[in-house]
Amino acid sequence: MLDSTLLNTITESYADYIIHGVDTSDGFPCLEVECHNIAEFCAKLKQDPKLQFNFLSDICGVDYYPKTPRFEVVYHLYSITYKYRLRLKCKLAEEEKIPTVTSVWRTANWHEREAFDMYGIIFYNHPDLRRIYLWDGFEGYPQRKDFPLRGYRDEYNPFGEDSPSNDQGWSH
Amino acid sequence: MTEMTQLDSGVKNSNAEGAQTKEVLLNLGPQHPSTHGVLRLVMQMEGEKIVDLDVIIGYLHRGNEKLCESFTYTQIIPLTDRLDYLCQPSNNLAYVRAVEKLLGIEAPERGQYIRVMMTELSRISGHLLISGALPMDLGAITTLLYVMREREMIMDLMEMATGARMHSSYIRVGGIREDLPEGFTERMQEFCHIFRQRMADYETLVAKNRMFLKRTKGIGVITAEEAIDWGLSGPCLRASGVDWDLRRDNPYEVYDRLQFKVIVREGGDCYDRWRCRMDEMLESLNMIEQCLAQMPSDGPVKVDIPQIAFPGDKAKVQSSMESLIHQFQLSAYGFKVPAGEAYSSIEAPKGELGFYIISDGSEKPFRVKIRAPSFVNLQVLNAIAKRCYLADVIAIVGSLDPVMKEVDK
Repeated sequence: MLDSTLLNTITESYADYIIHGVDTSDGFPCLEVECHNIAEFCAKLKQDPKLQFNFLSDICGVDYYPKTPRFEVVYHLYSITYKYRLRLKCKLAEEEKIPTVTSVWRTANWHEREAFDMYGIIFYNHPDLRRIYLWDGFEGYPQRKDFPLRGYRDEYNPFGEDSPSNDQGWSH
Repeated sequence: MTEMTQLDSGVKNSNAEGAQTKEVLLNLGPQHPSTHGVLRLVMQMEGEKIVDLDVIIGYLHRGNEKLCESFTYTQIIPLTDRLDYLCQPSNNLAYVRAVEKLLGIEAPERGQYIRVMMTELSRISGHLLISGALPMDLGAITTLLYVMREREMIMDLMEMATGARMHSSYIRVGGIREDLPEGFTERMQEFCHIFRQRMADYETLVAKNRMFLKRTKGIGVITAEEAIDWGLSGPCLRASGVDWDLRRDNPYEVYDRLQFKVIVREGGDCYDRWRCRMDEMLESLNMIEQCLAQMPSDGPVKVDIPQIAFPGDKAKVQSSMESLIHQFQLSAYGFKVPAGEAYSSIEAPKGELGFYIISDGSEKPFRVKIRAPSFVNLQVLNAIAKRCYLADVIAIVGSLDPVMKEVDK
């Protein structure tokens, strides 16, 4: 199936879930989805016999600070049956939460934990949402754009930058 | 070997005879030879059986994705070398293809053949090491010493072509760094010839080893549905009977011109995953030989765009002012990439290796996301280890083939 036909099929059947299509420079079929609908929409995409997006390649968090809405969660889906790909995007405000897709693909578990660890994006209904790379006591979310590359100065990191006050958008 | 601590509040179970057992918490790693790096497993044990298992990673986390945001597109290539350090050309290729997608360029034909050849050579190197390391984890140390002999030949070939044994950064945006040296083709053919014979040795050394078969056959079975649900890819997925290989199904570079078999096995156990890798090595050998035969004997190996790639002829830089400026610009500031986003994935030795790059139009990427196959494949450990004995976990970890540097990014 061509990418344009694929997009048409999805937009026709699931118009309610989709905000709009996104033009991408690499010609990748891409859709923007309302964030509270994502789990339901993904389940539909997986179960639809015409689509069968049974493989979740990747979940990626993006921080567009200081733009609003600040965060974006990008899903890369693949259909092993039909060999085509789809990219879904959800925009999130700073305090907004997004439902987990672990009930659709179990592989989402670690991907979401990584996005939480690096960006502080909360995936609700997640079975085990805790930090994956960093230790439990770590403060802040390192891949946010307002987190300095060298980290904050403390007893283990003498070359880090000075801690900001909390009104600069950085929270514990 | 392992540290054992008894939980004060261990749950007491009684079996049929009324004897009391106590659950213990067992910690394996992070510094342990059979965890292939720094993997830590915390296991809740009931006797020798695992009740619950927690995989703890991150001991090698270097913040690669964050680092990428402050590096130019060329500076990121050495970072990708250090992901799966057994198969550097694969990592380079996956990253470089994403950048090329954003730039809208493609490597010349000869460059593409050399890329595929080096990627397949590195696939042999990666598969070879784990094929020897898995028996070693199970007690057959000899195998590892033998695979090192063949791996040394691959290292020599790498050194000959790239100048480096491990972190070669050979594949660059727009092509490869430089053409193959004289005599490389002959050395490669010689290697293919020798390696094919040595593969027969492994058959007798490992595949007919009764101890190895007992420890791997029927252990750590993953069904096809489970494998897809857990996002497995590469040999781990194909061993479970799912016929999916990006080289065939979404071909890139010159893979559509090569003849090869996708190895699929039905069992989904540790033995099948090991077997899958062994058979894939022979397929990679065939592909290398086809590349050598089909490759145009002459022609450019990188694009002729002075803003993106260094000129093939270095003398040009010393004679033309314009070339000198381009050389300086490229070395000092890198090149600008049009704003946009691209996802590119290849069939790396461990599975689907994807790079998702968001560009804001500057010399440095806005966001780089690495879809590391080892990271995703390791996750399934949680589900399958719950049904087995402690000793089997060693076999399962080895058969999943995680490279911890790639897991921790």
